[in-house]
Amino acid sequence: MSTTETTESRERGKAPAGERIADWADGRLGIYSLAKANMRKIFPDHWSFMLGEVCLYSFLIIILTGVYLTLFFHPSMNEVEYHGSYVPLQGQLMSEAFSSTLHISFDVRGGLLIRQIHHWAALIFLAGMFVHMMRVFFTGAFRKPREINWLFGFLLFVLGMFTGFTGYSLPDDLLSGTGVRFTQGAILSMPIVGTYISMFLFGGEFPGHDFVARFYSIHILLLPGIMLGLVVGHLILVFYHKHTQFAGPGKSNKNVVGMPLLPVYMAKAGGFFFLVFGVIAVISAITQINPVWAIGPYRPDQVSTGAQPDWYMGFAEGLIRFMPGWEINLWGHTLVLGVFIPLVLFGVVLAALAAYPFIESWITGDKREHHILDRPRNAPTRTALGVAWVTMYMITLVGGGNDLWATHFHLSINSITWFVRIFFFVGPVIAYILTKRICLGLQRRDRDKVLHGRETGTIKRLPHGEFIEIHEPLSQEQLHTLTAHEQYEPAAIGATVDENGVERKVKGSEKLRAKISDAYFGEDQQIPKPSVEEYKEITSGHGHH
Amino acid sequence: MSSQDIPEENVPAERDAHEGAHGAVSVADEKNPFADPGLPPHEHRIQDIDERAAKRSERAVAFLFTVSMLATVGFIASYVTIPADRSIFVFPIGHLSALNFALGLTLGTALFTIGAGAVHWARTLMSDVEVADDRHPIAAPPEVRAKVHADFKAGATESAIGRRKLIRNTMFGALTLVPLSGVVLLRDLGPLPEDKLRHTLWAKGKLLVNMNTDEPLRPSDVAVGSLTFCKPEGLEEHDEDFQNEIAKAALMIVRLQPDDIKDKQELEWSHEGIVAYSKICTHVGCPISLYEQQTHHVLCPCHQSTFDLSDGAKVIFGPAGHALPQLRIGVNDEGYLEALGDFEEPVGPAFWERG
Repeated sequence: MSTTETTESRERGKAPAGERIADWADGRLGIYSLAKANMRKIFPDHWSFMLGEVCLYSFLIIILTGVYLTLFFHPSMNEVEYHGSYVPLQGQLMSEAFSSTLHISFDVRGGLLIRQIHHWAALIFLAGMFVHMMRVFFTGAFRKPREINWLFGFLLFVLGMFTGFTGYSLPDDLLSGTGVRFTQGAILSMPIVGTYISMFLFGGEFPGHDFVARFYSIHILLLPGIMLGLVVGHLILVFYHKHTQFAGPGKSNKNVVGMPLLPVYMAKAGGFFFLVFGVIAVISAITQINPVWAIGPYRPDQVSTGAQPDWYMGFAEGLIRFMPGWEINLWGHTLVLGVFIPLVLFGVVLAALAAYPFIESWITGDKREHHILDRPRNAPTRTALGVAWVTMYMITLVGGGNDLWATHFHLSINSITWFVRIFFFVGPVIAYILTKRICLGLQRRDRDKVLHGRETGTIKRLPHGEFIEIHEPLSQEQLHTLTAHEQYEPAAIGATVDENGVERKVKGSEKLRAKISDAYFGEDQQIPKPSVEEYKEITSGHGHH
Repeated sequence: MSSQDIPEENVPAERDAHEGAHGAVSVADEKNPFADPGLPPHEHRIQDIDERAAKRSERAVAFLFTVSMLATVGFIASYVTIPADRSIFVFPIGHLSALNFALGLTLGTALFTIGAGAVHWARTLMSDVEVADDRHPIAAPPEVRAKVHADFKAGATESAIGRRKLIRNTMFGALTLVPLSGVVLLRDLGPLPEDKLRHTLWAKGKLLVNMNTDEPLRPSDVAVGSLTFCKPEGLEEHDEDFQNEIAKAALMIVRLQPDDIKDKQELEWSHEGIVAYSKICTHVGCPISLYEQQTHHVLCPCHQSTFDLSDGAKVIFGPAGHALPQLRIGVNDEGYLEALGDFEEPVGPAFWERG
């Protein structure tokens, strides 16, 4: 017994240091079982899969730079007289929050750079999540088993918006204070509870002396804490589900084709972190963002023109700008619809994103796992709905910047507002119709390509004088890729009379579902993909093009 | 739920069974020309077959990593040598903080070249052979499912939670009530609204003090077409609650030709055509600051609500829901403009209790 132990330890002693550390850790953490499943995990390759990485890395950059900023920032609304090195504001009254932001920007070497990296990374984080969600949506990657991960991502997007908002409100400058005032006004519009929530949030009347300290703990602890948990959960699920892939030769719903985590994705993804960080650092070196010293400290009786929130809050801004000022006064109470409806819409527009995977799976009734991505054209109704949503979002964004559109393009602010009011409703409908047409067109082209081959552009004259264009048949790889997608049939209501002739009651939800399903998959809502029979019939008769 | 399930025949059939996970390169299927031909054969890169090309890649990667090291040295050198207040002109960007520019560029380069090196290494020198991994269903196999259900039932039975209802119900009761303590603790986050939003510092006899000069105003100080911002006498910037008070009391005064005033009450509450209105927008509370002297319109720069100051400050465009509150003003014995009372309605954004 003792002899074997000594030989074992002697052998261990000879092993390289890295191996010995790994052995030590495995004995306590069981890392080898984890590494066995994950070290050589296969990830498929597609440019769009890196959008999520942009989000992850910008999130890490925000945390790194944010921790640095907390070392210098004073989350206090005590009024102080400024005596720092920025001359134009010397002697001005401002909150300690504002003066410490000036200190970071002018007196801490590199402080301005870190502040700008922090802010730029936040804008890119939100933009990355927006585009990443579009990728997941339009390729149907949210389908079973990934609905919960879609919700995680959705929550990250929403929490990211509020973390960003509470963050840019901290310097207590004239611009961000205006945004906080807008938020307070929106809170006041809530029936019954509005004034109470406002008093509790601000510790009394607006602006009070508390909101910077409160936003600070929300911004640096509460929300990022939740988000960090969600990010970890999101990544665990990505590993656990294994990544989706596009259809292609050798790729099926039962495998994942790509390259191993170690070494290829360690290098590519690890390297990509540095690429993202490097690009954001260069942007922050040359592009100024949120110059609070030029804006000045917050005063509730002052404002500057062209006030804009950060881009991701722009659609909330748009909703509040184009809404008519409806107010209902009844029985001594005021229902501030002009502000409250936009507040509700803000929630509804976002909630639609969260709900979509569940709505679609209810319509298709499909309970299988999906690991092969859809090409957007092959899910025309989903794609059209998505583009309609994005259109509505973008039109609202235009509404949020209506003053800038007016001044930059010399347009009437009233006409822009009316345009937004109308196209908030009409725009998505037009976008839906156009997108669906385009998808169906692309499906038809795919069908033609499969059945008749690729147009070569070579014109051939036949002996009897007829001109034809030579079509080159596709390879089997191409044929497979273009026909690999599945097509649903519209859900039928099924027999309403059973074998005994007893009529069954058809539920309203069932009828609704059949209707929606018909709009998704019914006649003319998708182009049937070519069948093997059609292909054989056409290819057997040579010279038929 | 089952009635919601889609009929079996409507769900597309599972993929052909012969498509294994590791699809080998198969011969074109006579029966199905669309069948999966399997993974295409690997195509070699130049670095795979030419050692000189691989060496070039190696040198490129090493070069990038070296640039990164140099950039970090440059970062430290910039930090030490460049004063924080130096400004430089960089074409075509303009004037920049020299320190911020140097630190950002060196840091960005140091980071970017590490990334570029790693990615170039992965793309040119690491194996690019595509491999297939099997997927396994996420859901547990039936026997595992049965075992877990049985275990759960056994545990639940042993706890007797279903049998001893008294324990169960009191436990639920206790767990429901205990978070209330946390909710109650939030009570002191702020005071109750009461009538705080209904009153401002304005009161009978308070002088209108010019915000810019800090002097009380005489009617002669207000020219036709000008816009003046006022605060109530006694409110100073250094006051503890200055921000809260000015958020409600901020006032704008303009002088109109009395004939131009269309609203009867507005005329009554004015003095020699001088009208005083709350500066706080009735939409969501931005200070209104854009005045068009020809039309007597004021515009809120935040959300573009437009009010007609010659007609009771009614909303003529934009999202605001009601007119700006007017302050009744007059002149005291010494000839200074004074308020004749507080606003008669709450200023700023509307709220439920406003009525």
